[in-house]
Amino acid sequence: MRMPEPDAGVIARRAEIVEAMRAIVPGEGVIADSDELKAYDCDGLMAYKGLPLIVVLPETTRQVSAILKYCAAHQVKIVPRGAGTGLSGGALPLADAITLGLAKFNRILEIDFDNRCVVAQPGVTNLAITKAVEHAGFYYAPDPSSQIACSIGGNVAENSGGVHCLKYGLTTNNVLGLEMVLMDGEVVRLGGKHLDAGGYDLLGVLTGSEGLLGVITEVTVRILQKPETARALLLGFPSNESGGNCVAAIIGAGIIPGGMEMMDKPAIHASENFVHAGYPLDVQALLIVELDGPEAEVDYLIERVQSIARQTGASYIRISESDAERQVFWSGRKNAFPAVGRISPDYLCMDGTIPRHKLADVLNKIGALSERYGLRVANVFHAGDGNLHPLILFDANKPEELDRAEKFGADILRYCVEVGGVLTGEHGVGVEKRDLMGEMFTEDDLKQQLRLKCAFDPGQLMNPGKVYPTLHRCAELGRMYVHHGKLPFPDIPRF
Amino acid sequence: MAGRPRRADGRGTPRRADQALMTDTLKPNNAAQVLEAVKWAAAEGNALEVVGRGSKRGFGRAVAPRLGLDLSGLSGIGGYEPSELFMTAFTATPMAEIEAALRQNNQQMAFEPADLGPLFGGDEDEGTIGGAIACNLAGPRRIKVGAARDHFLGFSAVSGRGEVFKSGGTVVKNVTGFDLSKLIAGSFGTLAVMTEVTFKVLPAPEKTRTVLILGLDDAAAAMTMARALGSAHDVSSAAHLPTVAARRSRVSYVAGAGRAVTAMRVEGPGPSVEHRCRALKALLKGKGDIEELHSENSRTLWREIRDAALLGAAAGDPKARQVWRLSVPPMAGPGAAEALARELAGEAFYDWGGGLVWLAIAARPDAGHETVRAAVAAAGGHATLVRAADAVRARVPVFEPQAARLAALTARVKEAFDPNGVLNPGRMYEGV
Repeated sequence: MRMPEPDAGVIARRAEIVEAMRAIVPGEGVIADSDELKAYDCDGLMAYKGLPLIVVLPETTRQVSAILKYCAAHQVKIVPRGAGTGLSGGALPLADAITLGLAKFNRILEIDFDNRCVVAQPGVTNLAITKAVEHAGFYYAPDPSSQIACSIGGNVAENSGGVHCLKYGLTTNNVLGLEMVLMDGEVVRLGGKHLDAGGYDLLGVLTGSEGLLGVITEVTVRILQKPETARALLLGFPSNESGGNCVAAIIGAGIIPGGMEMMDKPAIHASENFVHAGYPLDVQALLIVELDGPEAEVDYLIERVQSIARQTGASYIRISESDAERQVFWSGRKNAFPAVGRISPDYLCMDGTIPRHKLADVLNKIGALSERYGLRVANVFHAGDGNLHPLILFDANKPEELDRAEKFGADILRYCVEVGGVLTGEHGVGVEKRDLMGEMFTEDDLKQQLRLKCAFDPGQLMNPGKVYPTLHRCAELGRMYVHHGKLPFPDIPRF
Repeated sequence: MAGRPRRADGRGTPRRADQALMTDTLKPNNAAQVLEAVKWAAAEGNALEVVGRGSKRGFGRAVAPRLGLDLSGLSGIGGYEPSELFMTAFTATPMAEIEAALRQNNQQMAFEPADLGPLFGGDEDEGTIGGAIACNLAGPRRIKVGAARDHFLGFSAVSGRGEVFKSGGTVVKNVTGFDLSKLIAGSFGTLAVMTEVTFKVLPAPEKTRTVLILGLDDAAAAMTMARALGSAHDVSSAAHLPTVAARRSRVSYVAGAGRAVTAMRVEGPGPSVEHRCRALKALLKGKGDIEELHSENSRTLWREIRDAALLGAAAGDPKARQVWRLSVPPMAGPGAAEALARELAGEAFYDWGGGLVWLAIAARPDAGHETVRAAVAAAGGHATLVRAADAVRARVPVFEPQAARLAALTARVKEAFDPNGVLNPGRMYEGV
């Protein structure tokens, strides 16, 4: 992975930068010791590592503003970092950049049940928000599988999804307001406890911007009342095709389940051997369909889904009869990644999204690629919204295997785009998929996105080298080549 | 190469007596012609007024007449796959055509965009999908499913630079690159000319019922709606109509109540709706007399609420009242609205559980904007002057004025897409 050439001048000024940062963030908030820096050498994409110039852990918006102001004035790059659980290398350090950790922004500032929202600092974990409101029956809907550790600020930066986003939306549909600091140190507030913006929807643009536009220092999210009850069906199918057909038929029947997850045979076996959830081992595809809502609704929809499953050829049907049993159904799926980790020294987790009706087609293609590359693959995916997570198994200690696995992954993502899908559904582009952006976007598409970046960060100091494969200077991007006198409508008067 | 855009005589674009006329109109028939037109405008620095079918031309700041870019030739549903839950359509496809296609498959645009045409003196069902997205419209279901921004999956467009670009896709789960769909939704055509849009469609609910509580004052209604929306009964919309507004409804139960009406909508599979209505009524017992509306009446009422049709603000009357739309924290709605209605001789009704206030006031040259803005600032939120005469909308900030740093950022974003300021300049903010 080619990263921007580190600026030797900045690295040479390290001591001076450390001193300036210590003046802004007193105490232990500035980390410069190389042993301590190791804790920050990567995020959840562990194939890529490197030490940051230094790490700074501010505690207040004022400090963040002062840090960014200094960095803008002295041309020092910034890599924002939440909990470091991201899977695409968005928080991968740069040798000439300050890693700006938001971990100390860890307080919930306000819980407002009447207006159904929570105001939190960005370092609060996703699950902590739910924990803070569940005594009143509320929860925060987006639930990425890392929710115990990932931070709400990171969720906003990545527009995180989760099992329940089919019915309840992604982060972007659940964020009401933000406070952010721009690269020049200006503090901007967007949204609040009300809905929609008066001007441009910059809140929507910040969400999923992967730390390229601003540093988020406060988040307001909406909270929902927990559904009365939830039940799940465990459905086994003799082929990926029939499993895929069942998914399409459920949606086609107008049912939007709370969650709808699919696993292929290798994933089923790995999970079952790990957590013993009681999954059938003689099926090719396993579907977990969760219905939530009032009991009357759940019972009614369970019947309908069951009948659709029969019609589409399910060879195994089990319905949870208690909440404990429902949890057991989920335990295998939720532990699929560590389960795969047990059968292979390393794995790469891909994240494409495809049109639902292409499920079987894409799985077949992945199977063929698996043979060609000589690497095993296990598939788990959010079937309801077509978001695939193929896990490519490899051994990093064997020469060339990481390289082969990455090429395999890139081929999968290219195929996702080819069938009408996208490179990433919820993990972000980061560094991992950066060089594949050209598969989905034209040069003009990418340049327009970069011009938006320039509106926020004209010096391109915030998280450079992430998401976009080619760096252009903002002045160059802004230049227009105008040919006057080229009037396409001779019959239109000129004013 | 596509044929040349033809110059239209303007008859295809509805014009209102009180609206500035476009000085002339370009009427491209396809994306290539849109590109050609914008390239020319950008090179010449000629401002364009970007128009779909013109049903909401009066929405936004009033600016000097300028060359029109009439997109009504870009119409038609391009791709619709019901089981994939999306539709792709050319930008000026009539909403009526889209809704008819969806109905055949028992689907809907869940964000139920308001039809604001009548509020601006036009007929019903004249809006387009591009217009709904450009204005980021939403309906009463906003509190549950979101606005146009939340359902807008992707687009092709021509930037003010005269370049074709696209963003997003047809799938719901997509974090590939910046989410430009969010930015374009609600940008009132000031950043790019959309040529084709893809949006989410969802199954229509099997059954809809509305629980009514009669006789609550505004503050009690907000508390009651908060109670209902904070329950597990999955209320999809909650609105409060003070007595005057309720009296205007075409639904006899509502008009005949003779009291304020608080309405809560319950949708979903049949058995679930029946169960939840029962539970909701039990939860709200003792708050006031309770009624229940079934399908047709329920549909009519929510359409009236969606389109702000209960304001007594019929257009066409030269003394027509000015209309404001306030988005505030739900519990702050009644306080702000009651004070404003008193000070500005107006009336209000509430949607979004109290968070959306439709306010009609007696017409005045300044539209009472300082009073409205002060109330909104105190509550936290924003206000939009949706309807007022051109002269008023030329003087008074239509959208919420921005703090200096946000205004500067907004101007830089505009410049990133439209450096020569040729796309609807000034429609949202002066100089943007």
